Amino acid sequence: MGYGDVEMIDANGIRKDGRKAGDVRPISIELGVVPVADGSCRMRWGTNEVIAAIYGPMEAHPRKIQRQDRAVLDVRYNMAPFSTSDRIRPGFNRRSREISKVTAEALESVVMLELYPRSKIRVEIEIICAEAGTRCVGLTAASVALAHAGIPMTDLVVSVASGKINDVVVCDLNKAEDNYGEADLPMGVLPNTGELVFLQMDGDLSPEEFQEAWDYNMNAAMVIHEYCVEALKTGRYPQ
Amino acid sequence: MKGVLVARLDNMTEKKNAAGPQDKQRVTRLVAPGEDLGDLEGHELGHGVIAIDGRIRATKNGRMNVNGNTVSIEPRRTAYVPRPGDLVIGYIEGCTNNIWFVDIGAPFNAILPMSLGPSKADFGGTRSVIDIGEAILCRVQEVEETHSSVVTMKGMGLRKIRSGAVENIDPHLLGRLIGKQGKALRQLKEESECRVIVGDNGRLWIDGDFNGTLEVRNHLRSLTAEAKAVTLGGVV
Repeated sequence: MGYGDVEMIDANGIRKDGRKAGDVRPISIELGVVPVADGSCRMRWGTNEVIAAIYGPMEAHPRKIQRQDRAVLDVRYNMAPFSTSDRIRPGFNRRSREISKVTAEALESVVMLELYPRSKIRVEIEIICAEAGTRCVGLTAASVALAHAGIPMTDLVVSVASGKINDVVVCDLNKAEDNYGEADLPMGVLPNTGELVFLQMDGDLSPEEFQEAWDYNMNAAMVIHEYCVEALKTGRYPQ
Repeated sequence: MKGVLVARLDNMTEKKNAAGPQDKQRVTRLVAPGEDLGDLEGHELGHGVIAIDGRIRATKNGRMNVNGNTVSIEPRRTAYVPRPGDLVIGYIEGCTNNIWFVDIGAPFNAILPMSLGPSKADFGGTRSVIDIGEAILCRVQEVEETHSSVVTMKGMGLRKIRSGAVENIDPHLLGRLIGKQGKALRQLKEESECRVIVGDNGRLWIDGDFNGTLEVRNHLRSLTAEAKAVTLGGVV
């Protein structure tokens, strides 16, 4: 058995962690976990744990980043050195820069930035424990934290990833499935309109498999959106 | 699609297609950003809502109010945005020869030109009149489109704060603090025997004895805790 041949789903369609192909890992959301921030959210998604904190709107510094007609989103995605079994060197790297950028672009499509010209909204996403799909958890947590901070938004952004393992398309990959699987398709969705604001793909999917992964993501996003709304209304999910 | 649910407006609004925001009566309900609040027709948009494709949508997390035919949201949290005429309490953050920069709790510092300051000072003598870190009671004179603002200390009661304490409260809770026609605030002042000046930016100047100040602080704390209570609906 070589790399990529690890059996991750059995003949009955049950994955190693007991989930079926379309199942999402258990999720819990807690708001206001960083009291000094204007808005914050802790999201646990399977073994992933992410804290998102929002500061602002505030004056944008340095001045060259100011936009005269709108605010800028300063997103910083960072993995704690202890978040994975291999220690991560602290500080920005290529991967965190890329994720910060795509997260900012996804959030820019919902945050009403034009209400705060020349300002900056700081979005800090800290990965405390990583187990595949941290960019999705980070983006979803950041969107909930922005809503918690009272920043005007036209919708929430919910992000989920589906992928392919042993030639079967499955939803919400865990670490083993992400490492040994054949493809990964993270998506960011606006649940109230069904619009897509973020899409990446790693690996190869046929058009049919892509459609299947897309449908899994859309369905999961709707369910996770309900959890986020519940958390925003009551302070946490589940109660 | 294999019969699975795909997110489109037609199937997303299925369970939310109530005619409008519950007729003309005053109703409250908790909402999250993006939530469909009903049909736009016959309704006016208040704070925290926008119209998209003839539907009213929430842009903030908070409590929806329908007052008459105006739909608005009382947000759970909000940032202070200055408006001309606001009475605010600010801290001096910096100064030049003839201008003070004042932190009024908004995204941008306001400026206080020497011509609008409390007293005449020589060019370069700004710090001898109000020093960095000192608190002032001032009024917003002008707000530009880009959110830069100018404050003034020319006016009745506007002064440098030399005694008492300055406390903070979320700006959207000021309505609760003041009460209808100022009744709640008047009562608080009487009970605590303190002078309480409420700034529109959520800062309060409390001037009185130790016990009175403590009483006002406790009141503010309980007001904030009540508003942040887990189930917002429970404190309506």
